[in-house]
Amino acid sequence: MRARDMLRGDMDDEELQRYVEERVLTTTLEKALNWARSNAIWPATFGLACCAIEMMSIVAARTDIARFGFEKFSASPRQADLLILSGRVSIKMAPVIRRIYDQMLEPRWVISMGACSSSGGMFSNYAVVQGADKFLPVDVHVPGCPPRPEALTYGILKLQRQIQGKPDEGWHERYDAAGTEEWARLAAVDKGDQV
Amino acid sequence: MPDAPGLELIAGELNEAFAEAVLGTAHAHGQATIEVQPEPILDVLRWLRDTPGQEYTFCASVHGVDYLPQTPRFAVHYQLLNMARVERICVKALLDDPEDPEMLPAVDSCVSMFPTAEFQEREIYDFFGIEFRGHPDLRRIFMPEDYVGWPQRRDFPLGGEPVLFTHNEHKTPRWYD
Amino acid sequence: MDSTIADKETLERDAAIGASPVERTAALDMVEPDQELMTVNFGPHHPATHGVLRLIVDLEGEVVRSVKPVVGYLHTGIEKNCEDKSYWKAIPFVERMDYLSYFFQMEAFCGCVERLLEEDIPKRAKYLRVIHLELNRIHSHLLWLGTSALDLGAMSMFWYCFRDRDRVLDLFEMSTGQRMHTRYFQVGGVMEDLPSGWAEKAAAFCAEMPSRIDQYEALLDQNEIFLRRTKNVGIVSRERMLELGVTGPLLRATGEPWDLRKVTDYLDYSDFDFQIPVGTVGDNYDRYRCRLAELRESVKIVSQALEGLPEGPYRSLNRKVALPPRDELATSMEALIHHFKLVTEGFRVPSGELYYSIEGPRGEQGCYVRSDGSSKPARVHFRDCSFINLQSLPDMCVGTYIADMIASLAMLDPILGGVDR
Repeated sequence: MRARDMLRGDMDDEELQRYVEERVLTTTLEKALNWARSNAIWPATFGLACCAIEMMSIVAARTDIARFGFEKFSASPRQADLLILSGRVSIKMAPVIRRIYDQMLEPRWVISMGACSSSGGMFSNYAVVQGADKFLPVDVHVPGCPPRPEALTYGILKLQRQIQGKPDEGWHERYDAAGTEEWARLAAVDKGDQV
Repeated sequence: MPDAPGLELIAGELNEAFAEAVLGTAHAHGQATIEVQPEPILDVLRWLRDTPGQEYTFCASVHGVDYLPQTPRFAVHYQLLNMARVERICVKALLDDPEDPEMLPAVDSCVSMFPTAEFQEREIYDFFGIEFRGHPDLRRIFMPEDYVGWPQRRDFPLGGEPVLFTHNEHKTPRWYD
Repeated sequence: MDSTIADKETLERDAAIGASPVERTAALDMVEPDQELMTVNFGPHHPATHGVLRLIVDLEGEVVRSVKPVVGYLHTGIEKNCEDKSYWKAIPFVERMDYLSYFFQMEAFCGCVERLLEEDIPKRAKYLRVIHLELNRIHSHLLWLGTSALDLGAMSMFWYCFRDRDRVLDLFEMSTGQRMHTRYFQVGGVMEDLPSGWAEKAAAFCAEMPSRIDQYEALLDQNEIFLRRTKNVGIVSRERMLELGVTGPLLRATGEPWDLRKVTDYLDYSDFDFQIPVGTVGDNYDRYRCRLAELRESVKIVSQALEGLPEGPYRSLNRKVALPPRDELATSMEALIHHFKLVTEGFRVPSGELYYSIEGPRGEQGCYVRSDGSSKPARVHFRDCSFINLQSLPDMCVGTYIADMIASLAMLDPILGGVDR
């Protein structure tokens, strides 16, 4: 079943119906849903440390994320879509964050804002978890210490593109590096391809 | 700060009042320090707080220091302040590591005299393992409740992960290994 | 104005609020004592706790019977990490403790190390430090004002305060390169001189700020809800605050005129003409008024410092301690060697220990440094004001309503980065 056949009118009823059900409605509906989701995200009010101050300033008037639809910050994780981990994740706080992440309902995304939650930042010691992706799946990492509000806005825009199904592969595309991620290596190990 | 002769006078009076309490004095960079034995520390602090003429009534900070490899190894510093004369004095209670590794170095808690020390003594306990006898609620304050080890002791490792370069990338165990 | 305060019964009840939680709880026996205590966990993730503070509150109805703060959710091991870095590299670590008053932490650490080195900094560096410190104080108080008003329901204050806060951050970005965590203060002075045009921009900011503060006062001072929630709420007596080691606007609100800028003349604060606002009652409203008045005084200090900014070097000329200017590196061999030694190993501090404290926006910010003669500090400890001030929370809250606890917590202004370090 190909689009060309459908457009030429070569498909008969049953095929056409299946085609419409599978492709057109689903894809367009998915796309519409994703577009709606990406433009109306409810972030959870989750500020940990210094990055939280810059996160507060993206709510403020100069860098205003209300124009992207992010104006409703939800205190309850059950109603939140996005967890912006703004600040260093200490070992005492990590189970609390995991609990909050588990309380969020699908679809949910995580932005790891700043160097400390992306990789432990400058604090390579006994008290800081070296990167929130040790216990949470993170969608976008925003570098900076703390990242400027404009940098966080850029990260949010990238997340929006990702939600809409057009993820910005960035250097993966430029250097043809797909498959070098840690999870890809693990998947290959599971399959038995690689050690 | 009490100047050097004033400091010696204080040390002399303390030694008179409480035998052999003072181990030494130091006056450097404008700060006056008295080193005392840990047993009479409450008496020393009370003397400094209540004696008319001294009246160091404000406790600015209580913190612990690990002097490894010097002995005595630990010290609890009490930074006292006389607000009327704006004079600071530091009282160091020198503690040794007990021979029995199960026991912790201990000193009396000054919470009854300076309520500000409540959180600060908990912090010293959390980081150095120094026990404060008589503290109303001595438990860990910063580290998780079940943490093992006293992080700010000098022989406790810093922790963290090594930076990954291409030369050690394959040799460093990762979190998923 | 009396009509905005509560009726006689409430006033009497509030007047019975004594110095200690025991007295206060006894005075409130009119609340049914046979209700059970309910323990509520204000978890680390909560919109009204400023940061990851956990409060375990025992409630009897709506009255708070006990409050236990649980901290440590942001503990970063900064003090231990500093022992691993040279003095120069430790500066970005210590400035991230209390993340709203980063210049103050840098000043506490650099000032302590300078005194250990017996190093004097040039006058221009002192003035530049004072300018940035007071701008940081303005920034910290503005953020406090915005978030506290937000907690109490006055949402529009948040946007207005952040508007001005962004202007302060613009000034920081122009002079230091970064909005927050600027690593601007170095041992021996400051990192760079002011760019041209900065003094005019800062003076324009100072000229406009008093009218802005008037606007903020106009928004909140006549607001009956704000007044009812803060007047006569959270009263702690002066003696109790001194016992608890509380300093800063909390102590000054109770009537004690204690400000380290005036009593210890660090960084030549005696050159400037400013006053210390002091409260009378010691309630949340006095704390609010103290901080607003401090905003005005800080603006005065910044404009005086800008007018009187002396010419001269902005960093100590002692090349053993402070980096040489970059243009010298191309021509002078000694400058290159000094630069190399300072960046790789760092300067060595003769062994000694010192406690040095300054007046931060929340109180006495003290730094204890012990050096053992090497290029790395052997122990760095910060006497953080928020950590000590947090001990006054039970005194403020026990015996009052839970809504008052939110107001008291907002007016207490804890910064959990400093509490947990």
